[in-house]
Amino acid sequence: MNRIMTNRIEVFRRVVRPQIIKVQFATMPEQQEQIVISGVGVITCFGVGIECLWDAMMDGKTGIHRIERFDPSGFTSQVAGELAEDAFKVRKIVPKSHRKATKVMCRDTELAVGAAADAVANAGLTTAGTSDESPTIPPNRVGCHIGAGLISAELNELSAALVTSQKEDGTFDLAHWGGEGMQNLTPLWLLKYLPNMLACHVTIVHNCQGPSNTITCCEASSGLSIAESRRVIHRGDADACLSGGAEDRINPLALYRQHCTGRLVDSDGSGDMHTLVQPFSENAKGTTIGEGGGILIVESKTSCDARNGSPWCTIDGIGCRQSFADSPLEADPHAIASAIHKALVEADCQASDIDVIVPLGAGIKQLDDAEREGLKEVFGDALPSTPTITTVPYTGNCMAGNGAIAIGVGAKALKEQTVPARLGSDSTDGIDAAKNKPQQMPINKILVVTPSEGGQCVAIILGRMEAKT
Amino acid sequence: MGWVTPLGNDLDSVWKRMCNSESAIATIDRFDASSFPTKFAGQVRDYDWTQFVKDASVHHEPAMNSQFALGAARQAWEQSGLGECDNLNLDRAGIYMGAGEGVLDFSAHSMIDTHSWNVEDGKVDAVAWAKFANDKLDEWGEVEQEPNMPLWHVAKEYGLQGPAFNCLTACAASTQAIGEAVSVLRAGDADVMLSGGTHTMLHALGITGFNRLTALSTFDGDPKKASKPFSKDRGGFVMGEGSGMLVLETLDHALARGATPLAEVVGFGSSADAYRITDLHPEGRGPAAAIQGALSQANIDPTSRENDRPPVHYISAHGTSTQENDSIETKAIKLVFGDNAKDVPVSSIKSMMGHLIAAAGSVELITCVMSIQTNMLVPTINLDTPDPELDLDYVPNVAREAQVDCCVSNSFGFGGQNNTLVVKRYIN
Repeated sequence: MNRIMTNRIEVFRRVVRPQIIKVQFATMPEQQEQIVISGVGVITCFGVGIECLWDAMMDGKTGIHRIERFDPSGFTSQVAGELAEDAFKVRKIVPKSHRKATKVMCRDTELAVGAAADAVANAGLTTAGTSDESPTIPPNRVGCHIGAGLISAELNELSAALVTSQKEDGTFDLAHWGGEGMQNLTPLWLLKYLPNMLACHVTIVHNCQGPSNTITCCEASSGLSIAESRRVIHRGDADACLSGGAEDRINPLALYRQHCTGRLVDSDGSGDMHTLVQPFSENAKGTTIGEGGGILIVESKTSCDARNGSPWCTIDGIGCRQSFADSPLEADPHAIASAIHKALVEADCQASDIDVIVPLGAGIKQLDDAEREGLKEVFGDALPSTPTITTVPYTGNCMAGNGAIAIGVGAKALKEQTVPARLGSDSTDGIDAAKNKPQQMPINKILVVTPSEGGQCVAIILGRMEAKT
Repeated sequence: MGWVTPLGNDLDSVWKRMCNSESAIATIDRFDASSFPTKFAGQVRDYDWTQFVKDASVHHEPAMNSQFALGAARQAWEQSGLGECDNLNLDRAGIYMGAGEGVLDFSAHSMIDTHSWNVEDGKVDAVAWAKFANDKLDEWGEVEQEPNMPLWHVAKEYGLQGPAFNCLTACAASTQAIGEAVSVLRAGDADVMLSGGTHTMLHALGITGFNRLTALSTFDGDPKKASKPFSKDRGGFVMGEGSGMLVLETLDHALARGATPLAEVVGFGSSADAYRITDLHPEGRGPAAAIQGALSQANIDPTSRENDRPPVHYISAHGTSTQENDSIETKAIKLVFGDNAKDVPVSSIKSMMGHLIAAAGSVELITCVMSIQTNMLVPTINLDTPDPELDLDYVPNVAREAQVDCCVSNSFGFGGQNNTLVVKRYIN
């Protein structure tokens, strides 16, 4: 062994820096395939489906209200885009074979499973989750990329076990916990809280055996998941992917974690909730939490055409960048602009070809300012006259689910040729994001931009479907 | 390449220790685990992250997973020589991490949760909980819980501003990250991707979760003997922690700056079991699809022979030391390699350093590259009681010299996400 090790070290010494891992290109197919969104599934505080969200946005009606799931009085931000407990029951939408597994679903997973069911139905796909008939697309050609957040444990469940290890003096007895206390936790407890469980449950329900991933990049998770789905299809590993993200922040621990970022608006739920979140306003005071997300069916146009599907829109370009800022809580205008530039190049278009922008517009001043600056770098003087759509004042910030909601709304806007009403402030300097009524207009391309906590940024350009001839 | 592992914090010393069949598994001393069913782990020791960054103050207070990633990334970055590359386009230098969440302060959380418990209602008093949380929890520590924070720290350290992703597919995360980073490069979206994984679940709640799943070994003997992949008496995995990071680069970009490739990434396969949350598909459907997919992308026929031996010379197994994984992985290898299966050496470094969860795949890929560079195969230690149903060549107990030009690295995640990479010797 000594001789061998000596030889090995010599090999190392002979190696001249620098050294890298090389990537081979030999088998990469050309990336010419057009990618479409062929199904839209959304779940928000308004319920399941894009229609209820769209209707609320056309009516200018927010879904943000005082949190009902627990008493939020201990927090300075006591409001959320919350879906009523009885408005959505995951057991009702999964196949009988998967009902038992719903016991190990956290809320985030339930939301993803709900959005996926909606998307699959919307796309007209037959999967194991919809019927016993043969699937529309072979299971090994269907991928699944679902963004997720840091899933916070349900406090009642965990605490009920922890208190069994509390000493009489009130302190926690770790020795008792290790020996006996932990037995009070259900055996599968951990599996509820792994972020990849959103995708895993969805792959099981719909029998998606292609590539599957879980992107965990806060607000950018959905957009990056869609970027990955497109890449997977382009490289020939799938024909379609269930793609998007979901997250639930309406939990004391999750709310506290968001509170720690200093990004939340103070509110006890009184007053007009329609003006609480004010994207791009000088007076913006912060954002609110929410629960929800979306799953899009990202599909090659060839596959969609072959099954006579009805796509909502094309995905014309995507750019992804990382911020270079002093804090992970700060956004970087350069990264935002660079991501948009990349998406424009891919879409083979100019900023002047973009009819509508869907920014994050979370009502977080530093983030909004960076978004505006990045957009201005790309759009220049045209920015104040380019309409925006902002979803956070309606749904709250659904974090990993946010981008998919925005893309779902963008796809709907393309279909309806309409910019829905905006909530927030009466005036926004340098960007068309102030409170406004719905407006019909020709829309051929929409830019969706999502910068995130942690610095990731994704820009996606959606294109209008040409009428079938 | 670089790593921070239970066996050490630099390439050479860790490799030496693995070739010497050493185990890093020892009694946990990060918290008092003496009453836990599992009392041992592969723990990173004697590691100071501040030695691996230019200015520690830039990073605020990174969580332990970020600390590990910064150390591994520094080694990889310096080995790559990119630091001396004056014209690196940082918008085309990206990062794809497979990082787990930060470390939860179990001491503070257990105190808060129990003190806010309302006995009469049988649930937490959320108002009291919020008050305790405001008093006792470290705000920045909670922000650092987000799984994309290691990405931020590493990108910040090197000014990376290109495509940036973090994925968390449990035990498969860093293999998936590397595979997708390669895909980003192939798509032409970047010239350079820093990629790998980092994770620690070596805290009271992490051990609790896996103990309740009965996934961890509760071996009642010398901890060094606890992790025994492919052995008949294997009894679960042993927790590890750490990070592995690699600089991936397109060949054109590398050659243009005079770099010497360590190896080629030639294949990546990814699949989902789509079977059950708690069980692997009994025939290894998902793992086999991932292995087959990676080999197909690499244009390798696993059933062929080259110079009277299989075209793959080593498989770094997921090899967790659980009954189910090791059995299913063996089935999957047989399914893909057919009659060649018994001629392909397979080993699991988890026998020596434990399971690094999200970081496991990146460290195991580095092991493959080291095997190619040194023509050495690291062993599966503690394989003293062969399982008659597991009949592959698991490189038992002792490292082995071999001509190694092509390796496969497997990672299979809880929930059924499977990923495989293929690397080959770089030939100019």
